[in-house]
Amino acid sequence: MIIKIDRRLSKNFDWITFGLIICLSLIGVITIYSATRPPAGVSGHPDFYSKQIIWLAISIVTLFAIVFFDYKWLFRYAYPLYAIGIFLLIVVLIAGRSGMGAKRWLSIGFFSFQPSEFFRILFVIGFSAYLSGGAHDFREKMSARSVVLFALLPLALLVKQPDLGTAILMVALFIVLSVSKGVSKKVISVVLIIGLVSVPFLGHIVWEGLKDYQKNRLVAFMDPDVDPSGIGYHINQSKISIGSGGILGKGYLKGTQGPLRFLPEKHTDFIFAVYAEETGFAGSFILLCIYLLLFLRGLDTAYRAKDEFGRLMAVGITAMFFVYFCVNIGMTLSLMPVVGVPLPFVSYGGTALLSNFIAAGILINIRTRRFELFYPS
Amino acid sequence: MQLSKIQLGSYIIVAVFIFFCFKLWQLQVMDGDKYRALSESNRLRIVKTPAPRGIIFDRNGTALVKDIPFFSVSISPESLKGLDLYALSKFLGMPENEIAEKLNRKDNSPFIPIKLKQGLSFQEIAHVEAGKSDFPGLFVETDVGREYLFGKTGAHIIGYLGKMTPAQFENPAFRNFPLDALIGQWGVEAVFDEELRGTPGERIIEVDALGRELRLIQQRPSVKGKDITLSIDIDVQKAVETEFHDKAGALVAIKPDTGEILALESLPSFDPNVFSRGVQYQDWLSLLEDKKKPMLNRALQSQYPPGSTFKIITGTAALEEGVIELDKKINCSGGIGYGKWTFGCWKKGGHGPIAFHRAIVESCDTYFYELGRRLGIDRIYKYAMALGLGKETGLNLLIKERRGLIPNTEWKRQQKKLPWYLGETYNAAIGQGYVAVTPIQMAKMIATFSNGGTIYPLSLVKGGSKASGEVGLKPETIQTIKEALAGVVNEPGGTAHAAQSQSIIIGGKTGTAQVIGKQRGVTGEKFMDHAWFVAFAPVDKPEIALSVFVEHGGHGGSAAAPIAKKAIEAYLIKRPAGKTGGPNAASKDPEDSEAGPKEKTQEAQD
Repeated sequence: MIIKIDRRLSKNFDWITFGLIICLSLIGVITIYSATRPPAGVSGHPDFYSKQIIWLAISIVTLFAIVFFDYKWLFRYAYPLYAIGIFLLIVVLIAGRSGMGAKRWLSIGFFSFQPSEFFRILFVIGFSAYLSGGAHDFREKMSARSVVLFALLPLALLVKQPDLGTAILMVALFIVLSVSKGVSKKVISVVLIIGLVSVPFLGHIVWEGLKDYQKNRLVAFMDPDVDPSGIGYHINQSKISIGSGGILGKGYLKGTQGPLRFLPEKHTDFIFAVYAEETGFAGSFILLCIYLLLFLRGLDTAYRAKDEFGRLMAVGITAMFFVYFCVNIGMTLSLMPVVGVPLPFVSYGGTALLSNFIAAGILINIRTRRFELFYPS
Repeated sequence: MQLSKIQLGSYIIVAVFIFFCFKLWQLQVMDGDKYRALSESNRLRIVKTPAPRGIIFDRNGTALVKDIPFFSVSISPESLKGLDLYALSKFLGMPENEIAEKLNRKDNSPFIPIKLKQGLSFQEIAHVEAGKSDFPGLFVETDVGREYLFGKTGAHIIGYLGKMTPAQFENPAFRNFPLDALIGQWGVEAVFDEELRGTPGERIIEVDALGRELRLIQQRPSVKGKDITLSIDIDVQKAVETEFHDKAGALVAIKPDTGEILALESLPSFDPNVFSRGVQYQDWLSLLEDKKKPMLNRALQSQYPPGSTFKIITGTAALEEGVIELDKKINCSGGIGYGKWTFGCWKKGGHGPIAFHRAIVESCDTYFYELGRRLGIDRIYKYAMALGLGKETGLNLLIKERRGLIPNTEWKRQQKKLPWYLGETYNAAIGQGYVAVTPIQMAKMIATFSNGGTIYPLSLVKGGSKASGEVGLKPETIQTIKEALAGVVNEPGGTAHAAQSQSIIIGGKTGTAQVIGKQRGVTGEKFMDHAWFVAFAPVDKPEIALSVFVEHGGHGGSAAAPIAKKAIEAYLIKRPAGKTGGPNAASKDPEDSEAGPKEKTQEAQD
C-alpha cells in the first residue's frame, strides 16, 4: 500500500511548481548573500545567507512531508487548525515581542516566529473548508457569524498588532475565495468596504489611528521628494537601485546601494531592488517570468483539482503569493506605499520561507492527487 | 467554480506581469543612465584638497608670506536633522539666523560640509574640539591660509588673501569659486592670484549612507601655486617705515635701469593678517572708513603739487631748449615783480647773481621764474609729459591710479575757458599752482632721468621689463643737472644736507607742496606743508632712484630727505645704516617756502 502510494506520488508529483519555488529560493539565497555583504575593506559577512540555507532545507523537508499526506486530512481538521490560528493571534497581542513599532513576534524558547505567517495558511484552509462545506447557498447569503469569524475577527487582530501587510492579504483572500465560490455580492461588498476602511484606520479616526511610521510612509508615498534623506528616502533609494541596474545590471556582487547601506531593509522587503541592481532588466524580467509561471501553474492546479476544497485552497494560495508579489514589487517600484511585505521565497526570513513552502506543499499536494478518487470521510 | 473565473484570474495575473515589465523597462532601460548617475553620486564623495598657495619672495629671496592652516568649523549636511540651532548658536557664539542662513543656502550640496565659521583661533578650535560631541557632524576643517611675516610692512604691495566681497560674489568672473573661498584681494596677492593659487587636488572616496568614508577610489594630488619673486627689497621697506615717524606718506624706489620697484610704502598701512584670519566684511568697511585712510595707496592714489622737485623739469626744458647759458647769472633780489604783485624767492634777501648750478643747489625760485618766463608753459609741459608726469605710470596693483596734472595753454582754454597767464607759468616753473603729481610718477621721473632718459615700464616682479622708449635728452643736459642734484645733497648751502651719506654720493632735489588755505602765522600739523624729496644714487651710475612724500611733513630737506637716505643706504650697503650722527644743519635751512600768495595772484589775473 505504502509502496503503491509512493509510486503514484512520485509519478504525479508536481515537479514544475517545486522547480519554480526552488529557483526562487536559490535566487533568494544568492541575493541575500550579495545584499548583506560588507562594503569593500570591511571584514565579516553576516550569516543571513547561511541561516536562509538552513531554513530552506527545513522547508523542503516540510514540503515533502506535507505532500506525503492526502490533503483530505486538512479538511477534517480545518476548523481546529483555524481556531489555533486565531488563538495564536490573540497570544501574540498579549505576549508578543515588539519590534519596529509592531507586536508581531512570538518567542518559544530560543525559537521565535511570526504567528501571522502561519495564520494566513490556516485561514485559507479554514475558509476554503467552510465555503466548500456545501451546507448553504452562498449566492443568497452568508451567516453573520461566519463573516465575523472569517473576516472581521482576524482583521481586527491583525490591525491591532499592527500587521498591515497580512491584514491587506486577509481582505484580499476573503474576497478572492468568496468570488470563486460565488458568495453573494452584498457580503463581498460589505467586507471590502470594512476592509478598505479598517485596514489602515480600524477603530480610529482616519489619521490619528495610524502609527507614526505608517503616517510617514503614506506621506512619503504621496511625495517621495519631500525629504530625500528622510521618509521618502526608502522609496527614492529603491528606485535608484533598480534604475541604476540598466539593461544587464552592474553584475553579481557589484551593486553598491545595498552594501553601502543606501538601501534599507535590503535583504528583506527591498531584496528585489538589490537583485534588479545587479542583474538589470534582463534579470528582473526572468524573475518576473518565474513568478508568472508559478501563478499560472497555481490557477491550473485549481482548475484541475479533484474537489472544491482543493480548488479553493489552490486559488487562495495562488492569490496569497500573488498579493505579496504585487505589494512587494509595487512597493519597490514606488507604485504603492511602503508596506512591510516580503517577496515570497526570495526575501530573507525563516518563518516566511517555511510558511510559503507549506503553502506550496499544499498546492503540490492538490495537483499530485488530482486523479485520486474522492471518497467520503 | 467555473473556468471563466480562473481565466479572469489569469488575465489579471498577466496584466500585472505586463505592467510591472513596462515599469521596469522605463526605470532600467529608459532612465537607466540617470539612475546610474544617481547611485554613483550616492556612493562617491569628491573631496577637494586645498592646494598650497605660491610663496611670495622679495628680490633677495626672503619669504614674505607663509602658508598656514586656516581653520573653519563645519557641519556635515547629513547631521542637520534634529540640530539644536539655539544651543549651537550659543556654542559657536554666532547669531542663530546667521547659522540658519548658511545651512539653508540653495547651493549647499547634500554631501559637502557647510562651513559655519571661518578663521578660528586656537582657542576657538580647542573650544569646538571639547564640545563638539554635543553636536553630531560638527568638526574643524582645515584650509590653506596666509600669514604675512612682515605685518604692515609692504602691505600695500603684498596685499592679502580674504573672503569674497559681496561685489565679487555677484561678479561672473568669480562664479567658479565656492562662497567661502579665500581669494587674493589686494596687492600682489590679487594681481597674481591665478598663478599663486595652484590647482586643488581631488579625492574620490566611497562613502556609505551614514557618510563614513570607506575607501579611496581615486586621488589627484593638489598642485602648489607658483612662487613669485618680487622686485621689492623688504629690508628697504622695513628700514624706511619707522623714519616716517607716524606721519602719513609714501615712498617709491625704482631700479633705474630695469624699472623694477625696489620699495613701495604707503603709510599708514594695515595689517594683512587681520584679513587672513577671516575678517568680516564690516571690519573691512571700517578699515575703509578710517579717517587716516590706511587702505589708500598714497603712492598711486594721492596727488599734490611737486614743489621745487619740479625744477628738475624746468631746468631740463631750459637746457634742452637753450633758453639759458650755464654760466649766465641771473640776479635774485628776493623775488620777481609781476604787475602789482611780487613772486617771492624763499630766501628773503635774495641770492644775488646766481647761475644754473647754484640755482638748483640753493633752489632759487627767482632764477626758475625767469626760466619759466623764457620757456613758456607749453615747453615745460612737453618735458614734464616726456618724463612721465601727468599720466598713469601703469603699475598694476588693481587700484585706480591718479593721473596728476600738468597744465598747458590748451588745457587752460578747454577746462577754464580762459587764456594762460604769465603768473601761472611762474607758479608752474617751481612746481606749484595747477601742477599735481603722484609719488610714483615722481619716482618714475627721477628713475628715467637718472638712467639717461630711457623709459622702463614699472614692474613688481624681479627682472623688470624691456625699455619702452627714450625721452631723447642731450647727455650734457642730464650730466649738468645730475651734478647740480649731487650738489643739492653734498655742497655747502644745498637744501638736502640731511640726505648726505658718508659712503654713497647721493643726488636729489627737495620740494615743498603748499597746503591750500594755509595762511601766514597759522601753525598746527594740519596746516604744515607737504614734504617732497626725489633722489638717486650713486650719482655716477645710479642703482636706485626714489621719491619720498611726507604728508604735512614740513620742509622736504628736513622731513623727506633723511628717509630717502635711509632707503638708499639700506639698499646699497645691505645692512641697517643705523642712526647717522651727521650734522643736521639742513633742517634749520628754510628752503623753498611759499612763492608768494598764489591765490591772490590768480585773482589779480582775473
